[in-house]
Amino acid sequence: MATYSTSEFKSGLKVLLEGDPCAIVENEFVKPGKGQAFSRVRLRNLKTGRVWERTFKSGESIEAADVMDIDMEYLYSDGEFWHFMKTDGSFEQLPADEAAVGDTKDWLKEQEQYVVCLFNGTPISVSPPNHIELEIVETDPGLKGDTATGGSKPATLATGAVVKVPLFINQGEIIRVDTRTREYISRAKQ
Amino acid sequence: MTEWAPTADIDTLHRRAMLMAAIRQFFADLQVLEVDTPVLSAVGVTDVHVHNLRTADGGFLLTSPEYPMKRLLAAGMGDCYQLGHVFRADESGARHNREFTLLEWYRLGWDHRQLMQEVAALCEWVHRTAGGSASLTSTVLSYQAVFEGAGLPDPHRASLQALQQVAALKLSADTAGWDRDACLDALMALVVEPALPPEQLTFVTDYPASQAALARTHTREGIELGHRFELYWQGMELANGYWELTDPKEQRRRFEQDALLRQSQGLPEPQVDERLLAAMQAGLPECAGVALGVDRLLMVVLGNTHIRQVLPFDADRA
Repeated sequence: MATYSTSEFKSGLKVLLEGDPCAIVENEFVKPGKGQAFSRVRLRNLKTGRVWERTFKSGESIEAADVMDIDMEYLYSDGEFWHFMKTDGSFEQLPADEAAVGDTKDWLKEQEQYVVCLFNGTPISVSPPNHIELEIVETDPGLKGDTATGGSKPATLATGAVVKVPLFINQGEIIRVDTRTREYISRAKQ
Repeated sequence: MTEWAPTADIDTLHRRAMLMAAIRQFFADLQVLEVDTPVLSAVGVTDVHVHNLRTADGGFLLTSPEYPMKRLLAAGMGDCYQLGHVFRADESGARHNREFTLLEWYRLGWDHRQLMQEVAALCEWVHRTAGGSASLTSTVLSYQAVFEGAGLPDPHRASLQALQQVAALKLSADTAGWDRDACLDALMALVVEPALPPEQLTFVTDYPASQAALARTHTREGIELGHRFELYWQGMELANGYWELTDPKEQRRRFEQDALLRQSQGLPEPQVDERLLAAMQAGLPECAGVALGVDRLLMVVLGNTHIRQVLPFDADRA
């Protein structure tokens, strides 16, 4: 099994801690002038997103995690799993469970590409593109001509997500949303 | 793109030059002589936790000028200081650069307590030169007192198991295989150090004998302690000093102990510095000595958080 020693620690490294895959976020070298050296490490648990802190004595090692990010296309949900397909030409499909999909559920759109993080071949997290275009399925009627006053109203998107949109936007329109901030960007260019 | 520019800004480098001049002025006023011993040596350090960089022809880039300076003292040099570069392999981080500037000085006939006062005076002088106004207060605390002040067990009397437990708890570490000094070092660096009052100088003294390095030891209440001190300021370890060991037999014993430890850890085993031992045999005068990290002192007085901000070029751009 591959392992990494403290001297190889750097941010981005994928390691196994208490059975969970983690990414090193930060590695601080600590050494008293006349004593042993230590690595103070912050790691993000790739399954839960929680950040852990650990201290390692120099020379200690930690198991490498078989983790990789790949592009996959979203296909459909059967209620229990969300199914994705590899875009490398293999057409291989993988199911992601609710924990893996997490908040990305709000942005899942068929035929759209997502970054799926695989741990030992199984999806553990799904990241949406930064910008996505979705249809508004429900919102109050638009106010004609009101493009300047800057007011906003809630709108429900095809995925079920609710975002704030300007007053002039109508039901049935397709809008561009920033998935990181959940903010309306513009009307989709059609 | 090739990174050619300095890692410190030019204004900081001007201040660096001014503070280096201030350090030299401090010693000139006290009639402590500047010396300039070789950085490249035939023998390296034995300390298990410090690693030499080597040259292709078998030489060692020194990790501190301690051994050659002590040979000068044995030869009758008198009070002296050195302000120069030293090298430590495998040390890199916000407070570590593999090549850095060390200020080391020795005072004949002094003990570590007198030297601590002079270290405090130097820090205050540099602080004022950099424009600091408030006078610096300083305190001296024992290793045991700083541990207990941070809510940790008595570092001399707690069992290994108790130390492993508290280190595991405080640091989220798997400490089952750690020895006493590993637990103590980790607790000192990661629990005690950050909790010391930042605005004042804190000298920590009376280290466990296992961490005495090149200091003489004494016994108090049945515990052997090293006459060693460390200086902390703004949460930064700045200096390490000793009431120096002058007994060549004890020195040889510690070198041999280091060699055994290195052997057991599979580390390269440098030969013992026989020239230092011969000089001590000839007679190293009673003295106290200290080494102070100049780049870190600049970080503190200039308010920088990364060592590269006070270096013309850090190790990545050297």
